[in-house]
Amino acid sequence: MTLSALKPHIEPAPGMVEQRGLGLWFTHAIMIFGVLIVFFPIWLAFVASTVTQPEIVSPPMPLWPGDQFITNYKKALFSGVNVPVATMLVNSLVMAIGIAVGKIVISLLSAFAIVYFRFPGKKMFFWLIFITLMLPVEVRIVPTYEIVAGFGMLNSYGGLIFPLIASATATFLFRQFFMTVPDELAEAARVDGARPMRFFWDILFPMSRTNIAALFVILFIYGWNQYLWPLLITTDPEMNTIVMGIKQMFPSGDDVADWPVIMATSILAMIPPVIVVISMQKLFIRGLVDSEK
Amino acid sequence: MATVELNNVKKRFGPVEVIHGVSTTIKDGEFIVIVGPSGCGKSTLLRMVAGLESVSEGEISIGGKTVNDLEPMDRDIAMVFQNYALYPHMSVRENMGYGLKIAKMPKAKIEEKVNAAAKLLQLDEYLDRRPRDLSGGQRQRVAMGRAIVREPSVFLFDEPLSNLDAKLRVQMRLEIRDLQNRLGITALYVTHDQVEAMTMADRMIVMNDGRVEQIGTPLEVYETPQTLFAAQFIGSPSMNVFETTVQNNILSIGDTTVPVNTEAKGKVIAGMRPEHVIVDDNGPLSITVQIGEPLGANTLLHGRLDGTSDAFTISLPGVHHTVAGQVIRFAVDPRHMHLFDIKSGGRI
Repeated sequence: MTLSALKPHIEPAPGMVEQRGLGLWFTHAIMIFGVLIVFFPIWLAFVASTVTQPEIVSPPMPLWPGDQFITNYKKALFSGVNVPVATMLVNSLVMAIGIAVGKIVISLLSAFAIVYFRFPGKKMFFWLIFITLMLPVEVRIVPTYEIVAGFGMLNSYGGLIFPLIASATATFLFRQFFMTVPDELAEAARVDGARPMRFFWDILFPMSRTNIAALFVILFIYGWNQYLWPLLITTDPEMNTIVMGIKQMFPSGDDVADWPVIMATSILAMIPPVIVVISMQKLFIRGLVDSEK
Repeated sequence: MATVELNNVKKRFGPVEVIHGVSTTIKDGEFIVIVGPSGCGKSTLLRMVAGLESVSEGEISIGGKTVNDLEPMDRDIAMVFQNYALYPHMSVRENMGYGLKIAKMPKAKIEEKVNAAAKLLQLDEYLDRRPRDLSGGQRQRVAMGRAIVREPSVFLFDEPLSNLDAKLRVQMRLEIRDLQNRLGITALYVTHDQVEAMTMADRMIVMNDGRVEQIGTPLEVYETPQTLFAAQFIGSPSMNVFETTVQNNILSIGDTTVPVNTEAKGKVIAGMRPEHVIVDDNGPLSITVQIGEPLGANTLLHGRLDGTSDAFTISLPGVHHTVAGQVIRFAVDPRHMHLFDIKSGGRI
């Protein structure tokens, strides 16, 4: 009897290839190795955020956490370099949530209009939206800046959020989803007496909730990681977002960089997206693979 | 409970006219089946009554009130869809009560009505389940329940049984008929299945190509089909038809003749139902069997009518063992011969 025959038989999940013995060890080894490579820089950043400035700059760089964790994070959160990281975190949070929620609301409504209503120029509007998919923020950044400046929205949450709030991708996504919803459902709702907005709220919206969750995760991270736009329109450090704020912390000229605080800021900047992803993981995956109709 | 009147109702999609003027009156409490092949406009007609499609011309009235321009919800109708169209994220209870909730009925009243309908449909145990956890037949019942709780004056059914398996279909057919009988609500039922039409209808409307071919009770349509289409569509297996000539009440088929009662002369289309054939060794007609289909209760024999090149099917009660090439002679009762005009297809 061979060794593998003695092992209890474990049913593989459906759709997965069953592997045993050496193959299993080998794949795991490769996976762990890959994870280590990806994780190592983050580990270094964490280590750097727990030691003192001289310890970082004197080679070799420490590989194990020091005892400055509380000091460094306190300093970062409440005083920072230009502005407390807590303020930047709040700014980023407001911007990311604003962008994610705004994009979802607008794209849900526009997809609803495009799929369920007949109006002149319907096709043209759809293609207009679709074409904007091909224009990244950077291409239209100068005119957008002009407009935002003209409205006096520099250094404001409005200025951070509104120019990024329209989303062709999300509109397209919801359009595709709405088109898979059977027409009879809309008709049944009509017979039941639901007016269009009622149908939207009572039926379409709850049916799209997994898609909305998946999109929220993606868009939150998109909003959180915005760099160029906040850099352009926020001059007041009080309005800095954390992703651009990290860059602002780098010294210019001969100043000495406060690396432990910068690293602590980086680690702090990662936490909210990670929380969002982990807490919405289940819904996120269901939104991407499920087709519950 | 109400009468439904259609007055020269037409429907056009762009320049294409798909329904060419349908007029009929449906009496209070009557069960009307609209039957026809796919694409004949029967569903469109039903959707026009429901208010889901606009009426291009003509008038539809429900309970004496013209409803052409009313929204579905204001027409006092309830509809059951082919794929049930249940709201997937709502429980059975919420599905059934949704229309009432929109109508702003008090919660306790909704609860009461939903429970009553659930009891009627034997859905009590499933009220808190989601549609996806129900079988096809149960979903069908929920769709019925949703229609019942609104206490409409007209039920509209759009091929409600075509997603069910054969056995369940027979059972649901009886249930729907029984329910409609008990509630006494006027019903308009669309199907492509002539068995459903025959068994359920008080009267049926046979439609083809946007036109009404015949309106009548199932037996009227079966016994005296007014058009060639109605003759062939109703009845299974369908009626045998062939071109022939008639002279002085004598129909010539191949080199033999059969007596008929008619005033017609010249070329006609003759029709004979497979089950009306009387096997008789001295009969004037015969077919050469090509294929036999024993169904148990009866046997279908497919072949060619001798003396012609027309395909011909006969249906004999009981089991018969036949071989290809066997010749079966038969006679036919003149009362069971149907003659149709060769041009218009109308009954002569």
